[in-house]
Amino acid sequence: MKKYTDSGKKDTRSGFGAGLTELGKTNKNVVALCADLTGSLKMDDFKENHPDRFFQVGIAEANMMGMAAGLTIGGKIPFTGTFANFSTGRVYDQIRQSIAYSGKNVKICASHAGVTLGEDGATHQILEDLGLMKMLPGMTVINTCDYNQTKAATLAIAEHQGPVYLRFGRPKVANFTPEDQTFEIGKAVQLQEGTDVTLVATGHLVWEALQAAEKLNEAGISAEVINIHTIKPLDNKAILDSVGKTGGIVTAEEHNYLGGLGESVARVLAENAPAPQEFVATQDTFGESGTPEQLMEKYGLNANAIVKAAKKAIARK
Amino acid sequence: MADLQHLEDLVVQVRRDILRQVHAVNSGHPGGSLGCTEFFVALYQELMDRKDDFNMDGIGEDLFFLSNGHISPVFYSVLARSGYFPVEELKTFRHIDSRLQGHPTTHEGLPGVRVASGSLGQGISVSIGAAEAKKLNNDNHLIYTLCGDGELQEGQNWEAIMYAAGNQVDNLIVTIDLNGQQIDGATHNVLPLGNVKGKFEAFGWDVLEIEEGNKLSAVLEGMKKAKAKTGHGKPVCVLLHTVMGNGVDFMMHTHAWHGKAPNDEQLEKALAQNPETLQDY
Repeated sequence: MKKYTDSGKKDTRSGFGAGLTELGKTNKNVVALCADLTGSLKMDDFKENHPDRFFQVGIAEANMMGMAAGLTIGGKIPFTGTFANFSTGRVYDQIRQSIAYSGKNVKICASHAGVTLGEDGATHQILEDLGLMKMLPGMTVINTCDYNQTKAATLAIAEHQGPVYLRFGRPKVANFTPEDQTFEIGKAVQLQEGTDVTLVATGHLVWEALQAAEKLNEAGISAEVINIHTIKPLDNKAILDSVGKTGGIVTAEEHNYLGGLGESVARVLAENAPAPQEFVATQDTFGESGTPEQLMEKYGLNANAIVKAAKKAIARK
Repeated sequence: MADLQHLEDLVVQVRRDILRQVHAVNSGHPGGSLGCTEFFVALYQELMDRKDDFNMDGIGEDLFFLSNGHISPVFYSVLARSGYFPVEELKTFRHIDSRLQGHPTTHEGLPGVRVASGSLGQGISVSIGAAEAKKLNNDNHLIYTLCGDGELQEGQNWEAIMYAAGNQVDNLIVTIDLNGQQIDGATHNVLPLGNVKGKFEAFGWDVLEIEEGNKLSAVLEGMKKAKAKTGHGKPVCVLLHTVMGNGVDFMMHTHAWHGKAPNDEQLEKALAQNPETLQDY
């Protein structure tokens, strides 16, 4: 098995901030908008260094999305920053009409996604955003797994023409992907090769999937681990190739099992090569207050849950 | 300035276009369209500094955004008669496979449209973004926006209105079509708008009124005054007093024709009140 080492826990939102800082220097067309969460989104550096290209909109997310759409008219590449809840559900119609249907080159950057937002509780812990965003025609949907990948994704989406939803989180998590990686939108990354079961994970669950693969290995089960950072467009080929080999699959995400990565994978399998699939995801529920670790445990979103699901998928083959 | 009589003729022809478009598909929004005919003709024929070829980025020209997208019939007619696409294409309004969707969109590539609208309350925000892009590009041209009055009931407008004043977006002229009507009735019955002028002023906008919003010369004069107010640190609001259904006697002063098409007989009557001046499509 390949060994992955945590180079030191870091938050994915800081990866976004670092990417935005770099874009500030390298791409004059990049502008940033924030709805009163500059510190939380790690946009301070961009704001300091490029005050003319930074728009503090206040607590007014609907206006922010509309303004971002307008800024593209004149060649700007707007990056909006707020929590995932306020980046999607709160402004769905603004995104739908002014950005997605209008085909605007806006990058919707969303932090504090999922239950790992922690103590603030369910009002802020959106578990429906991937579903909301993947349903919008033309929207690219990305959920990154660590600091390095989030930084790389931030740079990559600036080069992509069209609306993008980039989802990341609040807590400090293992940073294990290469610092110098090239981020290819829509291209899955195989992290472990295996023969018995496929573990397809996104976001914070990728590290958990790697831990699960090690545990499974100890039990004599060979798990293939795939990091699906792009939920849409989905890398169908990577999924089908792997399941063709293993015959069973677990999808893992910090999101409701309705509407998330799991359902997208299930559709691909149903259309091409049906196989037993288990869903590691929240079960149509809201979150609650707690530490990220407590919540991941309670809602079945960690390595142990993936191990259990993998065994179930194998048993169903 | 263009010959006023020519513009008056165009106003009548645009009214005919509006009526014929909605009649042909027995749907669409003639009331607000008719009320804003003079405004659109003034804007596209006289006020805006615009380029002949449509380019989405619109650098080096004035831009217009329609927030109340349901008055697409007047928008389409004036765009076509200003050279953005063939006038004959008005025949395809609301048809399958048409670029002239029920509500305007960029999705089908219709020249002249820069953002989709129809779901109300989004136009001022988009306009502010475009205005900020102009400032970043050192482009001294203006952004014009039209909103309905009932549309001001949407909360997003007030986020945008607060932003524009707080950030000195002074290359923006937002016109409010004050016809006092919305789908369910008079605005003062559905949800009173209160003192619209006072509200914009309290938010920090420079506000002026055009009392005779269906008189072409008054619209031209008022909008030129509005233009002169730009560049002085405040966004500019024009309160355009219009009559919904203007130019067709039985459609005026009522919300009944907000979203209803005339039948054959009604069309004939309406067209008789607006004899062909330029050529029908």
